[in-house]
Amino acid sequence: MSDWLDQIFIRIKQVLLAPLAGAPDWVMQIVSSLINIFALLGVFLTLFALISVLERKILGRMQNRYGPNRVGPFGLFQPVADGIKMLIKEDIVPVRADKIVHFLAPILIAATAILALGVIPYGRNMTPFVIDGGILFFFAVGSTTELAVFMAGWGSNNKFSMLGAMRAIAQMISYELPLIITVLPVVMVVGSLTPDRIVAAQGGYIFGIVPHWFVVTPWGAAAFILFFVSGLVESNRTPFDVPEGESEIVAGHMTEYSGFKYATFFMAEYIGMFAISGLGVTLFLGGWQAPIAALWFIPSYVWFFAKLGTLLFVYIWIRGTLPRARVDQIMNFAWKFMLPMAFTCIVAAAVWHYAGRGLAGWFWSLAVLTAVYLALSQLIGTRKKFAARTYRFAE
Amino acid sequence: MNSIAFVAIAILTLAAALAAATLQKLMHAALSFAVTFVGVAAFFFLLGAEFVGLVQVFVYVGAVAVLIVFTILLTRRDVQDTGKPTWSGAIIAIAVFGGLLWAILRTPTLSVAAPKVEALTVKRIGEVLMTGYVWPLQCVGLLLTAAMIGALILVMEEKP
Repeated sequence: MSDWLDQIFIRIKQVLLAPLAGAPDWVMQIVSSLINIFALLGVFLTLFALISVLERKILGRMQNRYGPNRVGPFGLFQPVADGIKMLIKEDIVPVRADKIVHFLAPILIAATAILALGVIPYGRNMTPFVIDGGILFFFAVGSTTELAVFMAGWGSNNKFSMLGAMRAIAQMISYELPLIITVLPVVMVVGSLTPDRIVAAQGGYIFGIVPHWFVVTPWGAAAFILFFVSGLVESNRTPFDVPEGESEIVAGHMTEYSGFKYATFFMAEYIGMFAISGLGVTLFLGGWQAPIAALWFIPSYVWFFAKLGTLLFVYIWIRGTLPRARVDQIMNFAWKFMLPMAFTCIVAAAVWHYAGRGLAGWFWSLAVLTAVYLALSQLIGTRKKFAARTYRFAE
Repeated sequence: MNSIAFVAIAILTLAAALAAATLQKLMHAALSFAVTFVGVAAFFFLLGAEFVGLVQVFVYVGAVAVLIVFTILLTRRDVQDTGKPTWSGAIIAIAVFGGLLWAILRTPTLSVAAPKVEALTVKRIGEVLMTGYVWPLQCVGLLLTAAMIGALILVMEEKP
């Protein structure tokens, strides 16, 4: 029974493909890919609508107010109202804007965000597109986002747009480095870039209650925290949401977009957040596997989406809790703390591996991480004395 | 199937390359150059070299294209091209084309079929890089580090 439920989506796909039994191979391939694509879009656009209303509800609860509660039961149909509003808004393109680039930017940014979703294993046998270098594909596609942000900023022909795009690109490039380097220890330990292999390597339990997820090892926990913080920056979430700021640069690279194009940017941001959280679940939290052996009967995709939902809740929680960081603080943090710690994770993972992947390795890698962390915190010097501000160009 | 894909990708890549060479606005040219990079990556995918294709997207679209775009943005006051072809550029282009053509024509046609190679996996590439090609790899790493330190020294704020 549980096995049947676990594989129900695979079965549905087989039923859908059954009428095409006699067709040539390439027809089957294209139809099968199309089914995957529509399933992905359906699931994640629904999740986007759901999260957009849940985020406002949760933030409302944290700020001691109601949040949306007018449309439908508990305000759950709010995204429908929002969608209709966005669709019927006037689409304004500035006269001096570069029409083609201005038009292509939201399309490119949404396309890259959705492409990244394709390589994540959502359940047992439920990876939409199996690629040998799936992790690399994720980051290769993600790296084109910078170009899309630049197109939006430059194509709008607006100071605020350009400055916002500069800020966004600066922090995205800075944090892409720790993001990728924190993935490296996992890839090294598993010896594969394929997401399915990485999930499989985290199978099994100690005494049936402690899973073999990488997050329970010291290097894995450290890498997961660094990965999560970098993910916050990559998806422009609070404390790192400087590319947008009403009082400084309006809406950053999205200033000159209105109506549905703005909604596309908004959607791309959320989809990017889902993708990065999904990758975090796959790499460190055991993917679709159950946390304890006794709960194995619950279908795999339920576990995946439960973990994804937990991570998304933490994103919203952080947004409701922390103030924004300054631009220079964000940059200093990236280069002086995140990057050395990310490299340390690699060393700690190597120590863990050569000490036999057991308890001894656990303690040795913890020792390495603690030593470097303490040394770094001494070196960076948070108790820095501030001199009087000097102006180089304005006076 | 593969030949259809080949023709489609070839048309896209060549059109983007042509656009990059002829478009009036420098920024448009740079962006269509990025499309060319994607087309080349698609060729690698078609040939079964997934890793090379992904690295092509990663390095060229993600880094080199952004670099080109920023170079144009920060060095040119007006990004509008004057539209006049320069002779030196034409001579260099003809020289490069001639050199490539000479090399291609000189290469004897392969009479024997290509040997059967096993699928190029990421693991295999890693092994080769860490055994046979470890010194070239280290040299490239050293060069890149030196370039990075040089760039930092150039932009370092002088102490008041």
